[in-house]
Amino acid sequence: MEKYDVAILGAGMSGIAAGIRLAHFGKRVCIFERHYAPGGLNSFYAKDGRKFDVGLHAMTNFVKPGVKGAPLNRILKQLRIRREDLGLHEQIGSRVAFPGRDLRFTNDVGVLESEIAREFPREIDGFQKLVHAVKSFDDTEFNYPYQSAREIARSCIGDPLLEDMLFCPLMYYGSATEDDMDFGQFAVMFKSIFLEGFARPLDGIRNIIKILLQRYKSAGGIRRMKTGVSQIRVSNEKVDRLILDDGEEVEADIVLSSAGLPETLSLCSPSMGGKAESNVGQLSFTETISIFDKSPDRFGWGEDTIIFFNSRDRFAYRASEDPVDLTSGVICIPNNFEYGDLGLPEGIVRVTCLANYDTWKSYSETEYTKNKEHWRPLIWDAARRFMPDTDLSYDSDCIAHDMFTPKTVERYTWKRRGAIYGAPQKAKDGSTPVANLFVCGTDQGFLGIVGSMMSGIAMANTHALR
Amino acid sequence: MSKDECKQVVLDIIAEIAPDEELSDVKPEVALREQLDLDSMDFLDIVMELRKKHGIEVPESEYGQLVSLDSCAEYLTPKFNALV
Repeated sequence: MEKYDVAILGAGMSGIAAGIRLAHFGKRVCIFERHYAPGGLNSFYAKDGRKFDVGLHAMTNFVKPGVKGAPLNRILKQLRIRREDLGLHEQIGSRVAFPGRDLRFTNDVGVLESEIAREFPREIDGFQKLVHAVKSFDDTEFNYPYQSAREIARSCIGDPLLEDMLFCPLMYYGSATEDDMDFGQFAVMFKSIFLEGFARPLDGIRNIIKILLQRYKSAGGIRRMKTGVSQIRVSNEKVDRLILDDGEEVEADIVLSSAGLPETLSLCSPSMGGKAESNVGQLSFTETISIFDKSPDRFGWGEDTIIFFNSRDRFAYRASEDPVDLTSGVICIPNNFEYGDLGLPEGIVRVTCLANYDTWKSYSETEYTKNKEHWRPLIWDAARRFMPDTDLSYDSDCIAHDMFTPKTVERYTWKRRGAIYGAPQKAKDGSTPVANLFVCGTDQGFLGIVGSMMSGIAMANTHALR
Repeated sequence: MSKDECKQVVLDIIAEIAPDEELSDVKPEVALREQLDLDSMDFLDIVMELRKKHGIEVPESEYGQLVSLDSCAEYLTPKFNALV
């Protein structure tokens, strides 16, 4: 039987980052990934010769080199990766778009401040108070108690419209809970989006994954693809061995799982899934990706990188009752980053909305295809209301498209109910009822690309290196 | 090994962990954290590299000995010399 110091479930950002740390310091470590492609929730694929990204629209947490204590600079140091290799390009500018109201923001928080001063002049002091509360929050401490982010925000900001406009991007980019967030998670997201910012490599997520995998390999890490772990055999509250999908058994002193907390507990034998059932994530999404043969600036959409939109009086971030919730969403235009002389060969517009897992899951194959075709143009129309007027015709100018649903997410990531932000209750210190089994990634509670790497690093440091 | 050589060993490790830091004018008597962007995760790395590269063990209760270059030299030089 193969024996490892550490076995890692999942070759996503957190798993690979954990693996780099462990391999670098001489641990015999193996990553088991059921999918043929690495990346987990932030992955990529090709269809008809085109490259597509799935997962986050941009890397959050962008800061310039030398910013002390910033998560991006911390993970680069911990992983010994050179910033130049990531090839990051900053966003042009993003926007929160509500009926009749726009708030622009860039990687310079001063832009958001002046937008708030203009749109909500009476709230600018309250906004500064909220920024202060966010900055004072110590996010290096794992086991902070739950505090309602809405309550803290309301103690600073009086106008519910501004409150919703600030919550909208943060929830869409990471909340596993409806309408409110744990203040700790809110603070992490607020910093990563409003105080730091967005960036993207020209080649997208695949470039970041490629660099991580090279680093992991050169440090001596082992990776087994198309090799899922089907069972975590537990005896005396310790992992005794892992059973792989093909029946092979392996041993490991420590197991780090990025499969999700309820998912990981369900893998345990004897089962521990029962108690975790109420902790399965309920929020899932659909995304349409539309390709155009011209760059978005040619049809008047060259200014916005990411647009968070909402058409209701109050923003509702809840599990959708309809197959797709068209009242809010996120538009991402990957062309609109500062690429200098470089650029993408085609125009790309991604639109993400909340979606209903049960409905999409219940469709027969024919109904599923038919409904994708039904909803795709509706999602486009919902998004277009928040974009500048254009002579673009979706029917004739869109030369290719793809769409994922909650069912797609579940199929490729094994996240239950396609819940990309995982379980509502996080295991902040990574521990589980099994002594040598820990979770990293989404259900440990750090979010985004940088957050997931930070999670893998922190869990490897805390549970497997000391 | 002399204390100065020991300080150089520590500086070499920091250079590898934090390649963007300017290390030429680090004051040996001042805490490293006050002069450089090093957090607790980076100090863990210094300890881990000492073990990996030089076979030196620093127990967690003694991490505080690594606060400045001078204290590193005081604490680590005897450990290096005991290896031979």
